[in-house]
Amino acid sequence: MSKPKKQKYKLKISSITENLEIIREFINKIARKAGFSDEGADQIELAVDEACTNVIKHAYHFDSKRLLDISVLVDKEKIEIIVTDKGSGFDPDQLVAPDIPKYAHEAKVGGLGIHLMRSLMDEVSYSFNPGKRNSVSLVKYYSRKSA
Amino acid sequence: MSGFEITRKDDEKVAVLHLAGFLDAHTVPKFEEAIQNLIKEKKYCITVNMQDLDYISSAGLGVFMGFIEEVRENGGDIKLSNLSQKVYRVFDLLGFPTLFEIFNDESEARSQFNQLD
Repeated sequence: MSKPKKQKYKLKISSITENLEIIREFINKIARKAGFSDEGADQIELAVDEACTNVIKHAYHFDSKRLLDISVLVDKEKIEIIVTDKGSGFDPDQLVAPDIPKYAHEAKVGGLGIHLMRSLMDEVSYSFNPGKRNSVSLVKYYSRKSA
Repeated sequence: MSGFEITRKDDEKVAVLHLAGFLDAHTVPKFEEAIQNLIKEKKYCITVNMQDLDYISSAGLGVFMGFIEEVRENGGDIKLSNLSQKVYRVFDLLGFPTLFEIFNDESEARSQFNQLD
């Protein structure tokens, strides 16, 4: 299938975990349409789930009145998904890659999602302006075989 | 299928949880509760059969991490079986195969427990 030219998609949806399934289907469909393999589309879908779960939990604290804002940009090189929130923000650079056995020992389970996002995507970057606009950008190129 | 379902099937020694559907931040409390119930009943030999599990995110993986220590301290284990390639890849990315025993088939996981007698 030939690679598409530039395409933009946007989804605004209530910030509740129940909507993760709809978000995953939205992302998976776009990724496949853009030309990613089943495996690639699955990876993108999971990374976006993790990003949205973080916003629902940590930025909006399960407040269903808040909205998740998901933008997808597809061009001939890559797919980029930007998840934006207006919550309090957090600093992911403070998180180191989890030491799995240590995590199990301490029954600490946070941070796995961010580690997964970094493993699944080619680029993960954050921008913060707490209370106004925080965003995470997830990029995957067609040509690279990440994860 | 949509949603998430757990069915439980015990033999004398081993409790088997069969997971189906999507295990994500929305459905994970159901799974957490099922494991908590086993621990309350002092059923520490646990096999989780994932044959019909279509999807798992870190929320689901966190449950395994959260309970494994307590289960092992009580002489049991959580063994995994019948993972699809897609689900296995997620476990693999986080290094779970070094921490959990993963079997192709539920009966292999069960017999590992029964060999301990």
